[in-house]
Amino acid sequence: MNSGGDVPAVVVDGVGMVFNEGTGGEVAALDGIDLTIRAGEFVTLIGPSGCGKSTLLRLIGDLLTPTAGGVSVFGKSAHESRTGQDYGMVFQHAGLFDWRKVKANIELPLELRDWSKTDRAARSAEMLDLVKLDEFGEHYPRQLSGGMQQRVSIARALSFEPRLLLMDEPFGALDEMTREHMQGELLRIWGETGTTVVFVTHSISEAAFLSNRVIVLSPRPGRVHSIIDVDLGERTPDTREDPDFFAAATTIREALRSVGGAE
Amino acid sequence: MRLRQLVQSGTSLGPAVVVGLAGFGLWEGAVRAFGISQFLLPKPTSILAELQAEWPVLRHAGWETGRIAVSGLLVGILAGALLAMFTTRFRMLNEGLTPLAVAVNATPIVALAPIFNAWFGITGTLSNQAVVIAVVFFPVFINTAKGLTEVHPDEIELMRSYAAGEWTIMREVRVPNALPFFANALRVVAPLSVIAAIVAEYFGGPQDRIGNVITSNAGFARYDVAWAAIAVASAVGLALFAAALLVERVSMPWRLAVGGSDSNNNPGRET
Repeated sequence: MNSGGDVPAVVVDGVGMVFNEGTGGEVAALDGIDLTIRAGEFVTLIGPSGCGKSTLLRLIGDLLTPTAGGVSVFGKSAHESRTGQDYGMVFQHAGLFDWRKVKANIELPLELRDWSKTDRAARSAEMLDLVKLDEFGEHYPRQLSGGMQQRVSIARALSFEPRLLLMDEPFGALDEMTREHMQGELLRIWGETGTTVVFVTHSISEAAFLSNRVIVLSPRPGRVHSIIDVDLGERTPDTREDPDFFAAATTIREALRSVGGAE
Repeated sequence: MRLRQLVQSGTSLGPAVVVGLAGFGLWEGAVRAFGISQFLLPKPTSILAELQAEWPVLRHAGWETGRIAVSGLLVGILAGALLAMFTTRFRMLNEGLTPLAVAVNATPIVALAPIFNAWFGITGTLSNQAVVIAVVFFPVFINTAKGLTEVHPDEIELMRSYAAGEWTIMREVRVPNALPFFANALRVVAPLSVIAAIVAEYFGGPQDRIGNVITSNAGFARYDVAWAAIAVASAVGLALFAAALLVERVSMPWRLAVGGSDSNNNPGRET
């Protein structure tokens, strides 16, 4: 799917972000961020609260405009990528619309892209199969558990095969068991679709389990403290008990400790 | 609505009917037992008798007052909802208008009836309709505007990430989000419109309406007829309230689907 060749998925170039600029109540959220994410990579942003990891995600997604530097996505500006509908987003709050059935929620981005009804129905069926919720298409979101809702949210974000999937603590509101299950599911889906993922979390084990690379941010203003490569090969439930997994988690934990944010 | 739901709502009405009938029985018994004079409190049976005897007059009055209430209701709802949508698109306007609307809504608008008579004429129905419109408009406007703006920020960001414009966000997110708020306003204004119409009629307008039937009959000490007119007004108010509930159910099927908790008092969604 990512036929970008050598074009990186995301290039963040000298990005700074100051909120309330010129009002006296200025807050420097990010400063001098340089970052390159390769196509098909799974990258996690981690750091203590106030490090601007969600802000960075929103800058990549063009939901915010940086006050310094620039962001390009697959060789285009972030703005062009957003208006070109290259992004899939998943938030901590599943953000499903109560008034749409599960199926219709998944089809919403397709409707906005003027897909035909039959194409939409075919794709939503495919997506429901992907997140293993085939029987729930005709349910309303509120009839589903939190974990199931988040799966629908992921299905919706992937329905139009976005080139870049942006996830802001998507499993933050789930219990530990559901969370681990969802992480496994996400990696399976990522493996099947080959999309590029930028994932914000504050969980060390989540970052270690999911990522190819972990970007550790230091707070106030947010800067890239270190970039940690994680090479655990194919993830399975046993990976969580693998010494390499613990070693990766330890490296991340130490980096976080040195920026004053170990949990 | 499925048959089972209909039967269920029928049986849930049972206790209310029993209590209501018992209340009338108690009323009748108390008036007879204590010899309360007719002009203080007529017996339900004599009110019922007058309801029959004066039915042509009362039916006509109920119909005419109902028309004032319904026409004012429709115009007020439409104006309130449309203005809410309009102001939501322009944040500044919304921030300026909403507190003002809340303040106006807290004032007794029916007290304006005599002034509306001067503005719109005392003989026609326009001034009465204007009172109903003014009473209905504010709760609808305030509630709808609240529902249109109180959207989870993630939902707006999500739509923006799909490159959706303001109009699409309005149609796909804000309007459905506002429906429960709007429905709550409907429940309030539907019976309120009848009250407003009758109070406005106390101050002027054509003489064959519920408000005038009540005042003129009370003036001649024919209290049982006045009570019969009140009963007709109650029936009109209840009918409009029932219509509001029906609109609520039909427009929000997703609320019924969630384990029977059809529409608790909280219009906001869980976040």
